[in-house]
Amino acid sequence: MAFTNEQLERYSRHIILKEIGPKGQKKLMKAKVLIIGAGGLGAPAALYLAAAGVGTIGIADADSVDLSNLQRQVIHSTADIGRPKVESARDSMLAINPEITVHTYYEYITSENISGIIRDYDFVLDGTDNFPAKFLINDACVLEEKPFSHAGIIRFEGQLMTYVPGEGPCYRCVFKEPPPKDAVPTCREAGVVGAVAGVIGCLQAMEAVKYITGAGDLLTGRLLTYNALRSQFRTVPLPRDSHCAVCSGERTIHVPFDYELPVCDLK
Amino acid sequence: MTIVVAGERKEYADGLTVEELIEAEKVETPQYVTVTVNDTFLSNAERASRSLQEGDVVEFLYFMGGGTIPSLCATND
Repeated sequence: MAFTNEQLERYSRHIILKEIGPKGQKKLMKAKVLIIGAGGLGAPAALYLAAAGVGTIGIADADSVDLSNLQRQVIHSTADIGRPKVESARDSMLAINPEITVHTYYEYITSENISGIIRDYDFVLDGTDNFPAKFLINDACVLEEKPFSHAGIIRFEGQLMTYVPGEGPCYRCVFKEPPPKDAVPTCREAGVVGAVAGVIGCLQAMEAVKYITGAGDLLTGRLLTYNALRSQFRTVPLPRDSHCAVCSGERTIHVPFDYELPVCDLK
Repeated sequence: MTIVVAGERKEYADGLTVEELIEAEKVETPQYVTVTVNDTFLSNAERASRSLQEGDVVEFLYFMGGGTIPSLCATND
């Protein structure tokens, strides 16, 4: 497959990089990335991956655009309020790069559908906000042997790690079980600066680009944390849990399952 | 003794336990924080008995959500 003149121009800043080059760009154009959650994290990740020319991008979200989303979910516009987020996200991605294919999943990701959806993709981005979903994505990706990027944000802080099958620890190695619903504040309860979501979502996109092109080192076995108030990034080593319920030889989880979804008491 | 807590060198009295360190550091929702000492996980049950030593490296790993609200709430965000 040769580049068209337009592609050579569009991707010239990638192609000129020795770590990506024409080969890496072709890998990006053949790659399939699934983004679960078209919110604060998924929005910047989706925009950059579309711009990068990732050939197929899946975007999953069951929600519609709300005015309170727009402070951080930069893939949606004021005119999109009330539209399904996946449609708004698809339109924004295709407006940047009409060459790519976008698949939308306007549905909740559950233990019933997750394996079938992630199976078609090379890399998964967890852009969800809640812990049941994060554990579900982790377990399904471990069981389907899919690499994925986990991330979380709150207030002025964010963090991310990358799971690669057979290599680093998984999310469950670090966090055994979801906390009870009221134990750890969610974004809406605690607040989050929009740019923090942007920083972390872009780092997730970067992990996808590095995985696909083979450039550099991934955040496997490491948690990258960002504290915006201190202007500080740290990388914390993450050990594997040799007793991990899903990724170790002592596996007790053999199929994905759903933790009870907390019922939102904030109206 | 000098220990390294979340990347910062700190002075604490000899024999400090991890549980005491968690209190001293005012760790939020400590029961849901994963602790590593020298890059090894420490179970919650071990916190009270584990005394720290000169040069130990302690990390607190926090649960963080983020992004969208959709699957959290039945109601519209």
